[in-house]
Amino acid sequence: MISVKNVSKNFGSKIVLDGLDLEVPRGETVVIMGRSGTGKSVLLKLIAGLIPVDSGEIWFDDTEISKLKTKEMNGLRQKIGMLFQSAALFDSMTVAENVAFMLNQHTNYTKQEMLKIVDEKLELVDLEGVQNLRPAELSGGMRKRVGLARALAFNPDVILYDEPTTGLDPVTCTEINQLISDLHERLQVTSIVVTHDMHSAFSVGTLMVMLHEGRQLAHGTPDEIINIDDPILQQFVLFGAPDQILKMENPILKTYIGR
Amino acid sequence: MNRQSETHESNNGFRSLPILSRIKVRLHNVLSETGQAFTLFFQTLVQIFRPPLQFDLLVKQLLLIGVNSLAVVIVSGFFTGMVLGVQGYIQLKPYAVEGSVARFVCVSIVKELGPMITAFVLAGRIGASITAELSTMKVTEQIDALEVMGTNPVKYLVVPRFLACTIMLPTLTIFSTFAGIGGGFTAVVTLFDVNGSFFLLEAQKNLYVGSVLISLIKATSFGMAIAAIGCYKGFSISTAGGAEGVGTATTGSAVISLITILILDFVLNHILFNILGLV
Ligand SMILES: Nc1ncnc2c1ncn2[C@@H]1O[C@H](COP(=O)(O)OP(=O)(O)OP(=O)(O)O)[C@@H](O)[C@H]1O
Ligand SMILES: [Mg+2]
Repeated sequence: MISVKNVSKNFGSKIVLDGLDLEVPRGETVVIMGRSGTGKSVLLKLIAGLIPVDSGEIWFDDTEISKLKTKEMNGLRQKIGMLFQSAALFDSMTVAENVAFMLNQHTNYTKQEMLKIVDEKLELVDLEGVQNLRPAELSGGMRKRVGLARALAFNPDVILYDEPTTGLDPVTCTEINQLISDLHERLQVTSIVVTHDMHSAFSVGTLMVMLHEGRQLAHGTPDEIINIDDPILQQFVLFGAPDQILKMENPILKTYIGR
Repeated sequence: MNRQSETHESNNGFRSLPILSRIKVRLHNVLSETGQAFTLFFQTLVQIFRPPLQFDLLVKQLLLIGVNSLAVVIVSGFFTGMVLGVQGYIQLKPYAVEGSVARFVCVSIVKELGPMITAFVLAGRIGASITAELSTMKVTEQIDALEVMGTNPVKYLVVPRFLACTIMLPTLTIFSTFAGIGGGFTAVVTLFDVNGSFFLLEAQKNLYVGSVLISLIKATSFGMAIAAIGCYKGFSISTAGGAEGVGTATTGSAVISLITILILDFVLNHILFNILGLV
């Protein structure tokens, strides 16, 4: 569904992505891992067409996004939901207005219909009674969940999550992971999830990709990933990996757990 | 990769460059920024005529500008008028033409100072706050969020601010002009031996439709300039700019607006008086 082909991106002299390839098949949940500053957020912004690639191509099915006109791009974007790392809520609007933003801009729903959808989406992310608060009155974790509700409001086909569980308590984390899995199973949504949280990665990911120095270091299903003998990858995966993985009888994992 | 190292060198070595090259670098920056600002200006014009126009956003901006600036504009106008009246009377008296003080005050206020004071107040208040708001939205990724949701930021953010400024500047100019004439009248009539109805009659005799037209044309152009500069400065900040970037952009916006207003005033005077022959 989404293919990133040989994409490079620099900021000044800083090389962020260096010939990256990535395939996101329809209906899969691809988890992207990588150290801080490897360009995971930049990758999501490139896919959403927010910043231009320096070289390479990004395809959505059979359209290459850099060739789209502004209007066509805006049409495509209505099918994409994006959760920003910083949530990026509009701070001049209430929570309800934030969540209803796309409905307000692109549909002719009445106020009641919009409010109903807003309530529904806020309930999905386990937030109630915050409709009339401003983003500044929310905690970091609440803001993130409002951002998620806003990304879901237009029932997107593709959802880009930038660290959906960072800064949330364990209970909410589990709920968000459950929500991501549900969207995948029930609605066949295609998702890209950037995360450092291995619990989350292993519970939502159907495919996993590790970025390192601007390229793909490894990719595969979760089972394949834990069988790849690569110190950089395993160091990352084992840190904070869930118990059921740490306890597995896996020769490769054993060597790295020892260290 | 080369781009950054080049700019780095030119930044570090900027002070050691010979004066002519320094001027060249500065001039190059000014010209390229002006070009980008005009690009945004034309995009805005295109988006204005592309339906739908979101009236609620426009009304919100109109009220914001009007409510925020009306009192300041009136007070500034009134005192400027008083100063003009006093100075005018003192300067004209030795030539025994102090009767012309009404003409002096009214013509200066209507054609020059009314639009100018209003524009100065709005550049400081509205232009700067537009830049602060948009650049904050930029660094907190709110503008990215708009785009991701399929909304054009120029249409959603720039168009209402641009239209509101363009409409409100002439509107507020009418207030500052009346306040200015009122100030001149008050000063001259209370402090000096000038007859009130004589002042008003003189004022009326020396004001033409052309003068009002000049005032409104100037005010409209100043309004466009303030909004265009405010929005451009807000958008042109890099996402990596942070709070410091917002501060720099905001002061930059006010200063550039003030200078642009002065230059624009001169150019418009030339066009309106010398070429079109308005009085
Ligand atoms: N707008 C920008 N201007 C300049 N540099 C940028 C910009 N955006 C990102 N970068 C740089 O690109 C690199 C990658 O940033 P990015 O935010 O994608 O990292 P990340 O992988 O998401 O890290 P984290 O896990 O901490 O969120 C960083 O070194 C950052 O400094
Ligand atoms: Mg990031």
